[in-house]
Amino acid sequence: MHSFSYVKATSVKQAVDLLAANAEAKLLSGGMTLIPTMKARLAQPSHLIDIAGIAELSGIEVKDGKLTIGAATKHVEVSRSAVVKKAIPALAYLAGHIGDPQVRNRGTIGGSLANNDPAADYPSAALSLGATIVTNKREIAADDYFQGMFATALDAGEMIVKIVFPVPAKAAYEKFPHPASGYAMAGAFVSQHGKTVRVAITGAGPGVFRWTEAEAALGKKLAAASVESLNVDASNLNEDMHGTKEYRANLAKVMTKRAVAKLGK
Amino acid sequence: MAKVELKINGKQHSFDVEDRTLLVNLIRDHAQLTGTHVGCDTSQCGACTIHMNGVAVKSCTVLAGQANGADITTIEGMAKGDKLHPVQQAFTECHALQCGFCTPGMIMAVSGFLKDNPKPTDEEIYRGLEGNLCRCTGYINIVKAVKQAAKAMSK
Ligand SMILES: Cc1cc2nc3c(=O)[nH]c(=O)nc-3n(C[C@H](O)[C@H](O)[C@H](O)COP(=O)(O)OP(=O)(O)OC[C@H]3O[C@@H](n4cnc5c(N)ncnc54)[C@H](O)[C@@H]3O)c2cc1C
Repeated sequence: MHSFSYVKATSVKQAVDLLAANAEAKLLSGGMTLIPTMKARLAQPSHLIDIAGIAELSGIEVKDGKLTIGAATKHVEVSRSAVVKKAIPALAYLAGHIGDPQVRNRGTIGGSLANNDPAADYPSAALSLGATIVTNKREIAADDYFQGMFATALDAGEMIVKIVFPVPAKAAYEKFPHPASGYAMAGAFVSQHGKTVRVAITGAGPGVFRWTEAEAALGKKLAAASVESLNVDASNLNEDMHGTKEYRANLAKVMTKRAVAKLGK
Repeated sequence: MAKVELKINGKQHSFDVEDRTLLVNLIRDHAQLTGTHVGCDTSQCGACTIHMNGVAVKSCTVLAGQANGADITTIEGMAKGDKLHPVQQAFTECHALQCGFCTPGMIMAVSGFLKDNPKPTDEEIYRGLEGNLCRCTGYINIVKAVKQAAKAMSK
């Protein structure tokens, strides 16, 4: 790793000021993505601003039909939270299936959403549930937030403070994990809000996306059979040594069906 | 340079290290505790697993600065004098190692997840060990050892 200065921030304001004062500075949350990236010399920040201990970034609460999770909340905390399990059990399940126990003991929801890895789990939940990403400056709707591979609507120097999830009537997540890393080869987060059903697919494409044909069919009849005759358009999906576009399209459909089947339970 | 003060295996330490120092290097090179191994150095294999404030983490992916003020336990801190920790004892009795390189990390990971789940099913043991790789692929005896340790610890 190239050398850098490490600073432990104690407030959002201090962290944001440090970012503004140092063009090459980066925020450090759980470090489960950023530290490996720096070791591989794919990032060479001048400063790392550690936000893990900032009190304003922690906390999980439900109020008026909305679940709010602080950006520095660790995957392990979301997976075990009684509040999350009661409000959106699918989100606790998702967090409990990220990577491995040691990764979940450090990695955070804010880091995952800021990084927006095309195979990460949380982006599918945020997009399907229609979450709001609250930053130090503004509120961003999930539909506007995700902008393709590792790209988000965040400006330079902008920081996620918390994420607000509307509590759905029902939701379920299913992923086909890559056997080595645990990242999604394809994952589907399905949620029902009144008559509306939203389906977000991660892992299969260059970024998380909504499968709108499935949403329409499931809105008419919420059953796995409703997507049987549909196919995810494979033309824009990822293709690599682990799987072809067509294979990923099929996986996305199978994961959607499994998630729908799980909704009833 | 940064001053890092932390407790390792019950003993208070203070080190002046470069900001880019990884916790695993602080443990191995500065505290001279070489039981914690560097395997892949890419957060995959878990050979560097230690406990930070009681929780299993991969010390190759934590900066020394992030561990400032922390309470660290490494494999050297597991036995009480001559008495092995029940997980160490079970690994010995079940022959849960071949070359032994992954063993310190395995033991730290296992003792970590047994705290949260003292009676794991086979499936839960597999999931609990997802962050640790054994290049000798001696997983069958490792799983046996986890079950034996769980039994011994619940007595
Ligand atoms: C072995 C392994 C397996 C993994 N498997 C999975 C998996 O199966 N599924 C999955 O989804 N993920 C997986 N991950 C990634 C893991 O979930 C990370 O925790 C997550 O992607 C990043 O979170 P972090 O808190 O560690 O962020 P960091 O690494 O600290 O930061 C990541 C990026 O986000 C920025 N950032 C952090 N916090 C904020 C904030 N509040 N506001 C703005 N920017 C911010 C940082 O500057 C950096 O650019 C895995 C990681 C490893 C090492």
